[in-house]
Amino acid sequence: MDHTSAMYIGAGLAAIGVGLAALGVGNVFGSFLEGALRNPGAADGQQGRLFIGFAASELLGLIAFVVAILILFVVK
Amino acid sequence: MSAGKIDPMEQFKVEPVLGRHLDLFGYDVSFTNSALFMVVVFVLLAVFMAGGLKRQLVPGRWQVAAEDAVSFIDNMVSVNIGSGGKKFAPYIFSLFFFILFANLVGVLPLAILPGLHTFAVTSHITVTAVLAFLSFGIVLAVGFATHGLKFFSLFVPHGAPAWLMPVIIPVEFVSFMVRPFSLGLRLFVAMTAGHILLEVFGSFVVQGLNAGGALGPVVSLLSFVMIVGVSALELLVCAIQAYVFALLTSLYLHDAVHLH
Repeated sequence: MDHTSAMYIGAGLAAIGVGLAALGVGNVFGSFLEGALRNPGAADGQQGRLFIGFAASELLGLIAFVVAILILFVVK
Repeated sequence: MSAGKIDPMEQFKVEPVLGRHLDLFGYDVSFTNSALFMVVVFVLLAVFMAGGLKRQLVPGRWQVAAEDAVSFIDNMVSVNIGSGGKKFAPYIFSLFFFILFANLVGVLPLAILPGLHTFAVTSHITVTAVLAFLSFGIVLAVGFATHGLKFFSLFVPHGAPAWLMPVIIPVEFVSFMVRPFSLGLRLFVAMTAGHILLEVFGSFVVQGLNAGGALGPVVSLLSFVMIVGVSALELLVCAIQAYVFALLTSLYLHDAVHLH
């Protein structure tokens, strides 16, 4: 397999990690919504933690995206 | 499909405004498009706040908006930093609104007027890393100034058994040192990914129209609908990323001020 094909295949594989992060982010917001529908009064107070959880799970997906970009644009 | 390959990274190129280079002792200090849009963001923010400083007893709409902005940051700081947090409100305010306005200015579709491409200042790791290291530096300075060497007890959580310490302390230390990198990287990649996505759909619109035939205009129309949808999502992401940056900075300041 030549270098360019291996690069493109590697970048495609790294992008799968971004899809997995989508599962994680959906999980965070889904759990928040589930709890908020059971106890709406307590929902507004927990919004800060919702965004912290979102940031943490999104960061890992963005790291996978950065790996794909590194492979495509930085590796000679 | 013989249309030219469109490079999605070309929109991030930093170049001097109007092509005028400036050299100072061998360093390139030309006024770049990045610097121009930082000035634009500053002017917009200054105009917004200056318009709201009327001090009427019964405030008009602009004053209410400016007061809402300040009280939003005050609330975030008091909830997340607690007592002794009020002195950080100006910094968190500047941080949040600079990042928010910079993100939004970058997404503005002004390129309909030829040549007026807006530049997303925060889509460069140089800018976001400086902001992140500024926050991290303030956390370290406040932590060491308030607690001295006891600041290192941040890495030893309460109630953890002593035999776990050789495992926990390196892990806590590493996760502390990763904070500025993760802070800067999160904002940078979110903005860059959004702009690359918009550019790719834009290139689909252009290439679809160039290709012609039966499917060309259909592809262009669908891509244009996607651009509208992704732009709406981008507005949300701009606001969320600015909020997350300020929120995490407040939390790190809470750690520095209160040591858990």
